[in-house]
Amino acid sequence: MSNKLGVFGLEGKVAVVTGAGAGIGEACARMFAQAGAAVMLSDINVEACERIAAELNAEGLQAKAIRLDVTSEADWEALKIALEGWKNRWDILLNNAGIYIGGMLENNTVAQVSKINQINIESVFIGTRTAAESMKPGGCFGSGGSIINLSSIAGLVGVPGHSIYGATKGAVRSLSKHSAVEFAKFGYGVRVNSLHPGLIETAMGDQALQDFVDIGVVANVDEAAALLKSAMIPMGRLGNVQDIANAALFLASDASSYVTGIELTVDGGFCAA
Amino acid sequence: MDCNDKVALVTGAGVGIGEATCKGLAAAGAIVVVSDIDEAAGNRVANELIAAGHQAVFMRLDVCDESRWHRVVSDIVARFGRLQILINNAGIANICGIEDETLEGWRKTNTINNDAVFLGTREAIRVMKASGGSIVNISSIEGIVGDPMLPAYNASKGAVRAFTKSVALYCADKDYGIRVNSVHPGYVATPLVSGALSRLSTSDAEAFAQRVVASIPMGRMAEAAEIAKGIVFLASDDASYMTGSELIMDGGYTAR
Repeated sequence: MSNKLGVFGLEGKVAVVTGAGAGIGEACARMFAQAGAAVMLSDINVEACERIAAELNAEGLQAKAIRLDVTSEADWEALKIALEGWKNRWDILLNNAGIYIGGMLENNTVAQVSKINQINIESVFIGTRTAAESMKPGGCFGSGGSIINLSSIAGLVGVPGHSIYGATKGAVRSLSKHSAVEFAKFGYGVRVNSLHPGLIETAMGDQALQDFVDIGVVANVDEAAALLKSAMIPMGRLGNVQDIANAALFLASDASSYVTGIELTVDGGFCAA
Repeated sequence: MDCNDKVALVTGAGVGIGEATCKGLAAAGAIVVVSDIDEAAGNRVANELIAAGHQAVFMRLDVCDESRWHRVVSDIVARFGRLQILINNAGIANICGIEDETLEGWRKTNTINNDAVFLGTREAIRVMKASGGSIVNISSIEGIVGDPMLPAYNASKGAVRAFTKSVALYCADKDYGIRVNSVHPGYVATPLVSGALSRLSTSDAEAFAQRVVASIPMGRMAEAAEIAKGIVFLASDDASYMTGSELIMDGGYTAR
């Protein structure tokens, strides 16, 4: 596969994917490995990463697993040292790990907001800082790179039950733009872009559907999915993890060499309507 | 990013982004119909593709000519049996302030940049709706943000951006399996940019170019091939869940 990809290939590159143990993160890690990258799969659930890495290794692809709590500066430092010891290279960071907390705004608590901000925003800050300082000229890896931050359409438009989650994704969108412009202006050779999936068929997507039930928008999860498909998603289907992995590959690869600071929506037309 | 055996039509394909897109699509396995109003330029591109072992053909197309669109698309279907990709790329730019713009100049820019995209998109849907396809409309960062010296170009590219979303929703509603997206290049080192600059005095052109490059965080204009890669992505099935989206490739220009 990797030879067929041409400029979309990742041969010789090293990628880190956070939250790689399931869902979009897992699909992206598999995609990057198939495209020729050596992929460090990271998650607090390291067992899941180890299983996926073993599967990829069995296919002759390069992958390794590491435990990473994305909110821990020490864990990020350990990740950097692990990369030095593995390929002594780092080209791609996919900041994917995140959580969803729904509910009506008036029922959300400050504790919930602090928690989701820490996991969805602070982690992206720490990861971006770690990657940029090691990818920039003179950094320990020093050959530039591409950082992809998973935001959401909830970071672009309003959705009931999504206030505190959407706020974190809006922050990720903005952090991506500012860091993209800063790194470009200062000649880091590090591109930063945000990726905005619509509702994707994952465990987190199921949580969001359940939340529409919990806040009383619809009677049950099936009705929630039906409403989304018929009235909110022009293409009439939920997204799948491969839809997102394909777009992540574009942003990770040299195919997007002039792309920085953008928002790439992969949403079946949701935001166009 | 695979376009194997898909039949693709590219307008304004004799130079610049159009030419680079033909090469990108051909490298991804597509059968490329190179169209342009300039026969010499279009034939050159088609011949280069054929010499490189790709399947390509030149068809003359004035994108403002409704009957010609019908003829070219019908010829493609007659010859290849299908059309799965349309890249509405042809366009012009004229650098001048609003007070110096003429109605004639305004109409010329909007006819080529906007009316032609309507004609091509409508014609492509006619033949794509049976088995699906991907239409990529080349807008610009100037369809998102303003430039004081590009009033007609700004208006035409903004129209393409919104039109693209309308058609994306229409095709999705109708279940045609046709995705429609817009591409927004920043400043690219192409004949469109150098041509527009050449119509200014040397000092004005230098001032314009300096202002532009100073505004690009990455500090350089794009190469046409860099824009082509994003267009090929949207054309391919790898963009399967993307419709009505905007793909900006601008070195950070609009992120500022």
